[in-house]
Amino acid sequence: MGKVAIIGVGQSAFVRGYPGSIRELAFEGFKEAVQDAQISVQDIDASIICSAPEYDKQRSPSGVFAEYLGLTPQPTFYLESLCSSTSMGLRMAYSLVKSGLHEVVAVLGFQKMSEISSAESQERMGRGADIQWESPFGTMMPAYYAMFAKAHMEKYGTTNEDLALVRVKSATYGQLNEKALFRKPVAVEMFSDPEHFMSGPVASPLCVGDCCANADGSSCLIVASEDKAKALSKKPVWILGLGAASASVNMSGRDSFTGLAVARQASEQAYKMAGVTQKDIDVAEVHDCFTISEIIAYEDLGFAKPGEGKDLIKSKETYKEGSIPVNMDGGLLSKGHPIGATGGSQIRTIVLELRGEAGEMQVKDPEIGLVHNIGGVGLYGAVTILGR
Amino acid sequence: MSKKKEIDDRFKKFGTVSYTSLTKVNDFIDYLEEGKVMGTRCVDCGMVFFPPRADCYKCFSSNIEWFEVSGKGRLEAYSKLKYAPVGFEDDLPYFIAVLDYGDYKVFGRIASNVPDEEIKLGLEMKTVANKLPSGQLNYVFKKA
Repeated sequence: MGKVAIIGVGQSAFVRGYPGSIRELAFEGFKEAVQDAQISVQDIDASIICSAPEYDKQRSPSGVFAEYLGLTPQPTFYLESLCSSTSMGLRMAYSLVKSGLHEVVAVLGFQKMSEISSAESQERMGRGADIQWESPFGTMMPAYYAMFAKAHMEKYGTTNEDLALVRVKSATYGQLNEKALFRKPVAVEMFSDPEHFMSGPVASPLCVGDCCANADGSSCLIVASEDKAKALSKKPVWILGLGAASASVNMSGRDSFTGLAVARQASEQAYKMAGVTQKDIDVAEVHDCFTISEIIAYEDLGFAKPGEGKDLIKSKETYKEGSIPVNMDGGLLSKGHPIGATGGSQIRTIVLELRGEAGEMQVKDPEIGLVHNIGGVGLYGAVTILGR
Repeated sequence: MSKKKEIDDRFKKFGTVSYTSLTKVNDFIDYLEEGKVMGTRCVDCGMVFFPPRADCYKCFSSNIEWFEVSGKGRLEAYSKLKYAPVGFEDDLPYFIAVLDYGDYKVFGRIASNVPDEEIKLGLEMKTVANKLPSGQLNYVFKKA
């Protein structure tokens, strides 16, 4: 069995109020990935469409996209695991290629969230949790992650200022990313200035500045067998390790509120499959849907010991010049979070980093990169390790 | 004459907004009306479940019995919402939280009359059935 590569990556700009339909939004990420791969649409023999449902009027988007993107009559199907949909899509594409059933597979993630209000969106996201036993209490994603933040603070002494430092780093790099939604500088002081929108109340201890924003966007990965990759691509990036896990949807089934078991399990699997440890990772993208999520990710991935995630951000070790650069594209906090497109965007960034094509976001000569992508409140976790 | 089948949709009374009305553990609502918060136990293998379940995933039995969530739990996680999803605006501000009872955990809300400054991890609390102003039912955590 040969290796499996990513030979093309693309994404639309992540925006609020995309002025077009979902098929047109999907076209943007797809076109960039196909052009990046320097292949023709006919080279693609299957497609996996990824998003979180209930944001669109359109049911079964796969067929609509296949038609619009010229991907018929090849098979196409839909995959959903909330915010981790594209990473799970990559896992499926890997399986399809590894099995020999297909040779070149497009993984296309998308989400158009701006047609509904932010409060309606929170209600839908809240229903990604347990609708029978939790949603009737009035839950939403920021409140769940706020429980983790509060527990981390009380157990390990992490502070609101530590959380703000994550957003400051995010903005440092988000400003350089022309595809990002939020491209302004952020200072820690904004979080304690009651006049500043960043300090606006959400769910304590998290405020507006601690949360990523809803967005519209699409992303696309072109996945190929070793033979096809060598024939079609001058710059394949190889999938070295894949890990994936799930956890109890209801918080009453969780062992810990200071970390995510799915991230620990998925990263252990991915490190083992790739034959590497966290020390070998040169650049990483982590799922910073909230500031606390990034600090927890450092710990779950083994970049820091439990409770010491805050020290990594305080010492700037996760900046470009540090020992483990994280979220060089600004992360979800700066890019915005079009749920189904997010994993593909994270993977795109690592592919560009490994190819040395990340422009102003480029870290020095990375060989191995990691992507950590979480669905729901640690309901699903996917970790992907890529190499040149 | 066709007989209209009676639908047991008691669960629509659960919480500020209920998103589902049909479940095999609808008796949970009757117990709440009586002031009891109940979980289920598998009669065949002894597994304990909260929230209650109709089916045991360990031994595949659907032979379950009810038990009352009683005694003290310890506060394991919490946050205070200052912004609410659609349908919950009038409840603001409110806390969501998890209580650890040892054999099981309970997710719910902290009662609105518990002072903020007393809410800390490890706080001993009890789970109490509660009637909302709208007539809906839920349960809340109070200081033990």
